[in-house]
Order: sequence, then structure tokens, then C-alpha cells
Amino acid sequence: MLLEKLIAYPIVFVVGGAICALAQILIIKTKLTPARILVIFLIIGILLEGIGIYDPINKFAQAGISVPIIGFGAALTRGAIKATAKYGFLGAFAGGLMETAFGIGVAIMASYLVTLIFSSKSKQ
Amino acid sequence: MANNADTKVRERNKRYNKYVKAVTPSSAFIKSLFNAFWVGGLTCTIGQLFGDIYRLIFPDLGEKFIVNLSSITLITIAILFTGLGFYDAIGRKGGAGSFLPITGFANAMASASMEFKTEGLILGTSVKLFSVVGPVIVNGVVWSSVVALIYYFAMGVIG
Amino acid sequence: MSTVNTIYRSKSQEKIGFQTNKKINPNKKIAQQNSQLLVFDCPPHIIGRMSIVGKKESQGPFGKYFAKVEQDDKLGEKTFEFGEAKMLENAIIGAVSDAGLNISDIDLMIAGDLLNQITSSSYVARDLNIPYFGMYSACSTMTECLTIASSLLSAGHFKNIVCATASHFATAERTYRYPLEYGCQKPPYAQWTVTGAGSSVLSTEGEGPVITKALVGKVVDFGTNDLNNMGAAMAPAAADSLLTLFAQTETEPKDYDLIVTGDLGKLGSDILRDLMREQGFELGKNYIDCGASIFSLDQNCYQGGSGSACSASVFNSFILSKMKEGVYNKVAYFATGALMSSTSCYQGETIPCISHGVIIENNGDDLCYWKN
Repeated sequence: MLLEKLIAYPIVFVVGGAICALAQILIIKTKLTPARILVIFLIIGILLEGIGIYDPINKFAQAGISVPIIGFGAALTRGAIKATAKYGFLGAFAGGLMETAFGIGVAIMASYLVTLIFSSKSKQ
Repeated sequence: MANNADTKVRERNKRYNKYVKAVTPSSAFIKSLFNAFWVGGLTCTIGQLFGDIYRLIFPDLGEKFIVNLSSITLITIAILFTGLGFYDAIGRKGGAGSFLPITGFANAMASASMEFKTEGLILGTSVKLFSVVGPVIVNGVVWSSVVALIYYFAMGVIG
Repeated sequence: MSTVNTIYRSKSQEKIGFQTNKKINPNKKIAQQNSQLLVFDCPPHIIGRMSIVGKKESQGPFGKYFAKVEQDDKLGEKTFEFGEAKMLENAIIGAVSDAGLNISDIDLMIAGDLLNQITSSSYVARDLNIPYFGMYSACSTMTECLTIASSLLSAGHFKNIVCATASHFATAERTYRYPLEYGCQKPPYAQWTVTGAGSSVLSTEGEGPVITKALVGKVVDFGTNDLNNMGAAMAPAAADSLLTLFAQTETEPKDYDLIVTGDLGKLGSDILRDLMREQGFELGKNYIDCGASIFSLDQNCYQGGSGSACSASVFNSFILSKMKEGVYNKVAYFATGALMSSTSCYQGETIPCISHGVIIENNGDDLCYWKN
């Protein structure tokens, strides 16, 4: 059990690193802005989940694929599909945000709190 | 707008752009790739580590919640780093390695929120909070809904 | 990050190609058609100057020439925008006192900056309570101000005019790019906005170098659309204005002790050298670019500085000091500006650029018809 967990770490590192390196190649070669790259990888995540191969990859790579934005896209889709099964047609629009509500909610709250305490600094 | 209608001008511009492309230095390819690799890899590994720690401390919690919890931890750390003013240094080093993971998403949110604090908490912070991450949320909701709808109608047809 | 001086490709490769500029008679003072050149009968003197920069700029090669260094990025104000306005105000007050005048002696203030609706300048004009023209020409604001001021002074409408401009790294990042704390990489061909302000006092009387000629630039657009690569966008504008100057005054680069461009950066100034070489003008050792020289290589500033204060602060410190010492007697100062907005670029437009220039001489002919 412990050994299995330890073996996961190099895999997580390599897969996570490789995904980011792939995005870096896109930046250098195509001069796309970060926002566009984020959307591209998000949609990759949505498609992976949509055709049902995200889960096996996630079992293998774990945080290596769920921490990059691909994981966010997959979570959105997973939630949307689940909610559709439960609530029908309208579930498609609510499910994604329901699934990712933890992350978005905490990010908004933490950003707000940090804003109250700190200010942007000029860079040297 | 129909500018540069003149073909001569268009051809000159084409030549100039070709020339600029040839002389513009590109990033040190291998080095920036390597940096993106290890910064991104490290972020994911830290996420994995938090997951394992939470599994150890709270064995009763469901796997889904554990994953959420480790994401939240990464988000909080990234936002704190942003507040303290050194996430941008990680970003300059890591490139895609720092903006592609969920930490980059959090940084984009917090940085926009802090930047526009000067315009007030309502018209500044609250309005601009999503100015950088907006595309991710909007596209995420739109395309995940589309996928779910395809499922819904496919199920309807099949079964 | 390697930029070399000789990026020029062999002659066999295709030329980029400029339209040749029409020649005019430089000695004819009356207005001529198709002339972009202004020749001042009563060349105004630069009697006062002031340059203020931030900490990072003070650590660069020109560090010791700047009159004042601000250690605090906000100058004790609430926001970076207020800080920028304060810096501009300090520069103007400093330049006016350097000229030995009071603010009340100033007849007109011509200023501009990079913020939306040039608010910094306008607020300073409000506080100083003097007549005001606001200028926007991006990074070539300073030369545009000097051109207009010289024309007004030469015509005898005013006695003392103060020209000023400021830019700030923190405010420019927000206006043109991302939030300050957002972690994203800049490509190696990006530039770093200079935090600083520069101000000159021009007068019809007094001591100091004179502005003898000015060249009004045309908007030049060679179809580049990379918001990070300003040097490549602006180099053709600088080349166009310089070629026009050489053609219309029948001079060549070696006739000037110093040719200064604004903020092309290392890449942009190399491109300018190439473009000029293609037209048969060799820019030698007497050519410098403020952007490429304001930061040293180890300061992590990619291709160098940018921003309207980049050339304004260098002009009002290094260049005017050296002119006073007599090292340089005839200087051509051509700042370049990129006139895009992020909106126009997102809508698919390319980057229009402009370069206005002024010729500053220690000994200018005074052919004034209304003086004496």
C-alpha cells in the first residue's frame, strides 16, 4: 500500500510536468496568450471526460492530471453529466458549477480576503 | 476595417514580418521547457502529497472530497503567495508550469482582485475579479454543458 | 537572450523597401508643400530640465545622470496612478526652478502620459493652475510636446513653455498588460516600462541649447501585431522619420554628433540599423537608443526600457548634460510611439507607430523677425 503510494509520486511529477511543458511549447511556438492556452487545455479536459478516458488516466496519473486545468475541465463535465442524469435537461447547466463549487468558492473568498490585507507591489 | 488595401503595402508588410520573425530572439527553448516541466511537476506532486496526507488524517472522508480538499489547499497557498507578492516570480520562472495548474487559476483571480482594489471593493475588486479567469469559467460552463447535453439527448435516443 | 549588432542579412535577400522621400530645400523658410520639416526662425532655448526615475532605472548605466531618484514606487501616495502624477508634478516644478523661474512665469504646459485619457498630466495641470495642452503620442510624447512648444515659441505666442511626460511601470502594466501580481512569462523580446518623468522648460530667451528644427512624423504601420514586440513595430516609424529628415535637410548620419531614438530597445534599434542600411545610411557609433541603454544587461529587462519617460528622462539628464559640457553640439532626438490600444489589437488591427523628431543644437541661427 505504502509502496504503491510512493511509486505514484514520480508518475505524478512526470505527467504533470509533461503537460505543462507541452503548454510551454505551445506558448513559444504559437505566441498564444496564456488565457487562450488555458482555454485550450480546459477544453481538452472536457473532451477527455466527455469520451470517458479521463478516469483511467486519472487513476494512473492522479494529481498529475487533476491539478493542471485539465482536471478542472473534467470535473465540470463530470458534474454536468451527473446532474443531467439526476435533474434532466437543466442539470447540464448547473452540474459543472456544482461539482467545482468548492474550488471556485474558496478561490473567490480567499482572493477577497487577501485583497483586504495586501496590495499589489511594483516590481523591480 | 480595410486598411493596407494597397497590395504593394501588403507585400512590404509580409516581407517585414518575415524579416522580424527571423531576427526576433525566441526563448531559450530547452531551458524554458525544463523550467515549465519541473515547476508544473512539483505543483502536481505537492497536490498529490496533500491528498495523501488528508487520506491519512481523515480516512472516513470520501475520495471526491479529499481531491477537493487538496485543490482548495493549493488554491489557498497560491493566493497567499500572490498576496505576499512572490507568486509572480514563480510565474516568470515557470511559465506554463505555473499558470496551467490550479494554482495559476487562483493567482490570476487574486492578482486581478488585488490590482483593482484601488477602484474600490465593489467597482474594482468585485468587477475585475474574473477579468483574467473569466474565459476559463465561461468556456468551462459552456462546453461542459454542451457535452452533457449531447449525453442527455444520446441517452434519450438510445434508451 | 542573445541580440547581436549585426543581424543584417546578406544583400541577396529581399529588401523590405521604403518609399523614397521627397527632397525639399532646407534653407527655404516659408512653408513648403509636402514638407514634414519645421525650421524655426526663432529657435527656443531649453533653459531648464529635470529628470526623475525609480530605483531600478537609477541602477542602470545612466543612473548617475538622473537628477532625482524615487525610492518609493508610490511616492507616498495612495495609488500608483497618483504616484505617477506626483512624479510628473515634481519634474515640472524641478525643471521650472532649474530654469530660475516660478510656476507663475510659465505661460503654457504641454504634457502627456500613457494612462487612459492622459489623466496624470491633466491632474498636474489642474494643481499647477497653468494653461495646458494634453498630448498623446505614446512613447514619442516628449518630442511631440517639444515640437509643438517650439512652434508656438518661434511664432512668438508665448514666452516660457514647460514640456513634460511621465510613465510608470505599475500603471502601464495594468493599462496594457496583466495585473502586477499575475505570474506570467514575458517573451525575451518584451520591454520593461520605465518608471520616471522628464521635463524641459523652453523659452524664447535665455541660455542653453536651442531647438532649431523639428520633424513631424507620419503614422507608419508595417503590419506587425505582436503587442510584446514593440521594437519591431516602431523601428519602421523611426526609419521613416530619419530618412525624411536626411532627405529634407540633405544631411546624413555623420552630420549629427548624436542620433537618439526613444525606446526601440536592443532588437528594435538593430532593426532600425538594418532598415537604414538598406536605404544607404549607416548609423554608426553616434547612434544610441534610450530604451536599449537605460538598463544594463543584468537587470532582467529583456530588450530594454520603454514608456514615454524612457527617452524623456534620458534626454533631460544625460543628453542635455553632455550638450552643456560641449561633448555633443548637434543632436537629433527621435522618440518613437506605438499608437495601438489593447482593444484595437484584440479586434485584429495591426500596430500603428509614429516618430516625431527634434534637432537640438548648441549654436543655432537666430533669424527672428519679431525679436529686437
